[in-house]
Amino acid sequence: MNQLLSIRGLRTYFYTESGIAKAVDGVDLDIAQGEVLGLVGESGSGKSVTALSILRLIPDPPGRIVAGEILYKGRDLLKLSWDEIRKIRGNEISMVFQEPMTSLNPVFTIGMQVMEVIQAHEKVSKDEAHRRAVEILTEVGIPEPEKRMKQYPHHFSGGQRQRVMIAIALVLNPSLLIADEPTTALDVTIQAQILDLMLEMKERRAGASILLITHNLAVVAETCDRVAVMYGGKIQEIAGIDALFEAPFHPYTHGLLGSIPSVQGTKAHRLTVIPGSVPDIHSLPVGCKFVTRCPYAFEPCPDIEPPLIEDAPGHWVRCHLYPNGGKPALSPPGEPDKARSTRT
Amino acid sequence: MSDVLLEVENLVVKFPVFGGILLRRVGEVEAVKGISFQLHRGETLGLVGESGCGKTTVGRAIINILRAMSYRVEISGRILYHHASGVVDLQPLTRKQMRPYRADIQMVFQDPYSSLNPRKTVDQIVGEPLRIHTKMSRAERADRVRWLLEKVGLSARHMNRYPHEFSGGQRQRIGIARALATNPKIVIADEPVSALDVSIQAQVINLMQDLQEEFGLSYIFIAHDLSVVRHISNRIAVMSWGNIVEIGPADEIYQHPQHAYSKTLLAAAPRPDPAFNRRRRAR
Repeated sequence: MNQLLSIRGLRTYFYTESGIAKAVDGVDLDIAQGEVLGLVGESGSGKSVTALSILRLIPDPPGRIVAGEILYKGRDLLKLSWDEIRKIRGNEISMVFQEPMTSLNPVFTIGMQVMEVIQAHEKVSKDEAHRRAVEILTEVGIPEPEKRMKQYPHHFSGGQRQRVMIAIALVLNPSLLIADEPTTALDVTIQAQILDLMLEMKERRAGASILLITHNLAVVAETCDRVAVMYGGKIQEIAGIDALFEAPFHPYTHGLLGSIPSVQGTKAHRLTVIPGSVPDIHSLPVGCKFVTRCPYAFEPCPDIEPPLIEDAPGHWVRCHLYPNGGKPALSPPGEPDKARSTRT
Repeated sequence: MSDVLLEVENLVVKFPVFGGILLRRVGEVEAVKGISFQLHRGETLGLVGESGCGKTTVGRAIINILRAMSYRVEISGRILYHHASGVVDLQPLTRKQMRPYRADIQMVFQDPYSSLNPRKTVDQIVGEPLRIHTKMSRAERADRVRWLLEKVGLSARHMNRYPHEFSGGQRQRIGIARALATNPKIVIADEPVSALDVSIQAQVINLMQDLQEEFGLSYIFIAHDLSVVRHISNRIAVMSWGNIVEIGPADEIYQHPQHAYSKTLLAAAPRPDPAFNRRRRAR
């Protein structure tokens, strides 16, 4: 598969009063043409900062991309001028944010906001922009788009606003859609609709890819082809979804999967938990970022950062339990596995 | 378990809508449309539904704070609380009349950031219900706060700190300690874990289950996350548009949902199981 986007050694730091926060600290990630890649992590893991770095939307100060390259169709986005990156945004790579309530401007009509994107990027007449706005709103499933174009965001429900956001993001047919927690604020039935819509829109655009950022593993299982798990500003594991959900390598991934109660099968009496809480971003451990919470931590973990290695074809993990890309040095976490197998 | 602790009978809650220049009452929103259910001693009853279905209003009606929160709200029906020495209908009680029962029915809120007063120390926050509802001396209260903090997995060393020094999960533990201060019989938890990270959610859910076992608490667990509700609840009531459309044992509802709305809701819930999702998509 052809890589659409390759991130290499990305480091985005925030220089704050309480020190340097290494929000993203050496991320390598590839997104292939036509794939849906999930980027999973808890708050503070660096997943959103990674996404914002791709489009150079990091507020500077306090944030700065200090190292790395982001190759998009062979060009390094980090080396582009302001004007050039503006052409990439919307045309090539666009983004959908979490809050459908705040990402639309309340004082402009929906029509104006959709048309604005078209007119900002292309020299088209107002009529043409209007026609295309109606077309895209129809495509994302807004009923009576002609009439709805004249209405304001407060006339729209949360799910409909998110549809409008998707319309705005896709109206210029970008090759990559970055969706940052697109369904977190929505009800489950609406969430299912929006996820389906995103996949449907992708299918209609040959070679288009989605980077889906979420904290919800169930949403990932529902939509993605591959998943990258982030923790402490680093990718900890990358795998195809089947491999990740059936046989995760990293103790953190094990812990995350064990923490989710299930809606089917027999009910577990207790959830397995990851002890402790996410370490402070200003004082992350020197070695493995997960060492403070890992039940399998051993001698090298606190001091030496393990490399991200390919332990099985296409399945990468950053953990000392997997030293040479072979069998794990210690028996891998057992209990979460057992708990999961009762469900099948 | 069959022992009834709380009976809600035909509860109706209407919020008036005011409009026009004179702000006359121009209409009403019927948030809860006559629901009935029972809560048994020691059980967890899950209330699920989508936003706007009325689940939060039901919780607030039970602890009788709707009148304080909303001008001219209209409530009817009965909320029968079976306490040690009889039965009382909480619904028509005034603030003052409600006070003796308030210690028995406590609440844990969704947002651990806004539900703790930022200008008070943990000691003051957890000790406040004790100050109001008991005649404990300052030293006795301090002892109890220390004990409570340890029960919820915090350290007594944290007593003099302020909420901003804690993480979301720790704050939710403080909220739980506050709810437990007066030895309540019923705890109403309104989306207690939805603002927390996945790994922290599991910790708080396990904690709530441990405390329930230790203190024989009854929970009304209000949430939109179907997997969390199923995990913690013995029985579940599914709400839609102010009505309970289905109520029954948790496993029964999840394995054989009867009502069309319960089926839709369950079908929409994402599952951490790629193979299942593929089968569903293929259908």
